[in-house]
Amino acid sequence: MRRYLIKRAGISVMTMLGIVIVVFFIVRVLPGDAAAVRAGPYATAEKIAQIRAKYGLDRPLWEQFVDYLAGVARGDFGVSVRTDQPVLGELLSRLPASLELAVYSVLVATVIGVPFGIVAAARQGTWVDVVARVFAILGSSMALFWLGLLMIYFFFFRLGWFPGPVDRLAVGTPPPPTVTGFYTIDGALAGQWEVVAMAFRFLALPVLTLGFVLAAPILKMVRSSVIETLASDYVRTARAMGVSPRTVLFVDGFRNALLPVTTTIGIVFGYMLGGNIIVEYLFSWPGVGRYAYEAIQTNDLEALQGFVIMVGILYVALNVVIDLGYALIDPRIRLGRKVTA
Amino acid sequence: MSQSVSWELPSSAEPGRLARWSAELRKRPLLAVGVALLFAYLVLAVVGPAVTVDPLRTDPANQLLPPSAAHPFGTDEFGRDVFARAVAAARLDLWIGLVIAVVSMVVGSVIGVVAGYWGGRVDEVIMRLTDVLLAFPGFVLALILVAAMGDSVPNVIVAVSVSFLPHFIRLTRAEALQQREMEYVDGARLAGNPPWRVAFRHVMPNSLGPAAVQATLVAGWAILTVAGLAFLGVGIRPPTPEWGVMVAEGANDVITGEWWTALFPGGMIVLAVMAFHFVGDELGGGRV
Repeated sequence: MRRYLIKRAGISVMTMLGIVIVVFFIVRVLPGDAAAVRAGPYATAEKIAQIRAKYGLDRPLWEQFVDYLAGVARGDFGVSVRTDQPVLGELLSRLPASLELAVYSVLVATVIGVPFGIVAAARQGTWVDVVARVFAILGSSMALFWLGLLMIYFFFFRLGWFPGPVDRLAVGTPPPPTVTGFYTIDGALAGQWEVVAMAFRFLALPVLTLGFVLAAPILKMVRSSVIETLASDYVRTARAMGVSPRTVLFVDGFRNALLPVTTTIGIVFGYMLGGNIIVEYLFSWPGVGRYAYEAIQTNDLEALQGFVIMVGILYVALNVVIDLGYALIDPRIRLGRKVTA
Repeated sequence: MSQSVSWELPSSAEPGRLARWSAELRKRPLLAVGVALLFAYLVLAVVGPAVTVDPLRTDPANQLLPPSAAHPFGTDEFGRDVFARAVAAARLDLWIGLVIAVVSMVVGSVIGVVAGYWGGRVDEVIMRLTDVLLAFPGFVLALILVAAMGDSVPNVIVAVSVSFLPHFIRLTRAEALQQREMEYVDGARLAGNPPWRVAFRHVMPNSLGPAAVQATLVAGWAILTVAGLAFLGVGIRPPTPEWGVMVAEGANDVITGEWWTALFPGGMIVLAVMAFHFVGDELGGGRV
């Protein structure tokens, strides 16, 4: 186990280092004149020179790289060109909004995807299965911005059930005292139930949009893993011993399918960390994705670079957590054997 | 993952190729729907722009008209014909999607065969680099690449192709690892072929199956990525008729009830991606 842990940690650190190097290359080397890109298309020559001096873009590339690497290691992601604030601080203050959106979206996706996948696997080849398959294809072909607009049109403009795409709470409503940064939880902790209700109403449309799209990969994975376990020897034995079909499906079938399903949910969550730029922009959600959008609009490559590094590092960290969870649950991995099943 | 579909050469005893294709399509309704949709899009992209009005012509007297016989998809805030723009966009988007699929498949497969066939240190380096690329969500990688390189169609093609590379590298590498052990490879080697020739003339063609199926799906996802980037104002810019640009321009109209400017082009994106998915899913034996 310890050897596995050390090896896993080593690979993760290498990958994170790789991320930082790749991002440096993309942001500093690729644009040709990095200062001109940061200054924007209408900048004067003085403005470009000023930015070049301010961000040290006139120094040799290797010096810039060493500085940048040392900065990232100290948690210094640079200063935003647009707001003149440290990028990391701005990202961290916006992270809870994104996480709240992500957690509820993955929750909704799991609630849709898991039962639907089990039923599709149990009724393989019937119309339920066909519906599940079309749903899965629809989900993986869906354009988030289009689905989001459909939701806004029907549930906001037509029916008026949910608020329009403005923010996390209605204008003028003070957020609850910060504990977790999740308005739904902080509101409950402070006993402000009307704020909780409002937070859920503002969450509803972006969460449904993301939940629908994220349900597709979960559904596919649940279906195929349950089908696989249902075809296994131990399920055949259980059936032969007269265990009821329902017990076989949920206890033997689904429980053994949990590992790959957990991984998929983890990957989906990781995807959410970066994939919600579109949804956060569309619903004016004040999270890190919206921050990245604003950075793009103003050519703020420092801020965008911070966002991408954060997403990459969180993603690698998440994968480590998933792998460790795997190793704890499944002894075959702990012993360093390859799982072929 | 091996292919479940094999197109054998027709012999004189068998029914014609056309008859067998139509029989195959009748057995697989999803494949038939996908092929029909792609064909419709192809016709639209090739013939459409010659038939419709100028997609860039503004008309201040006819702003935001709802769909009608004269304007099947209505008009936008500048009085431009949404249908004409959506058709012109079909040509651009389909072309970009296919180019990205081909570029990332060809480059990814060559790298994958090199990694799988040579193995050792080369393989190790390639796989670590692939891991790094996979550590970014593909959309974010494409986004920062375009943001750094600047807005243009070629830059979008390069950026999105790079974001899909890791999938092709992994697929082809896995396949090449298996092919490497086959007897025909020993045969080719013993016949005196140099390693590069064995790798690219013998191993590579036999390792392309899964990548080809994946390329069908990637063509769809590439359209989705390009349109998503354009929606955020990255890569392809207004007034170019492109589906993502059109949705971005029409997003504010939806909030005030003029749904047609954004929902029609957005629907065309989703339908096109679904068509590629139906075909790719069926070719992959429903296991994609």
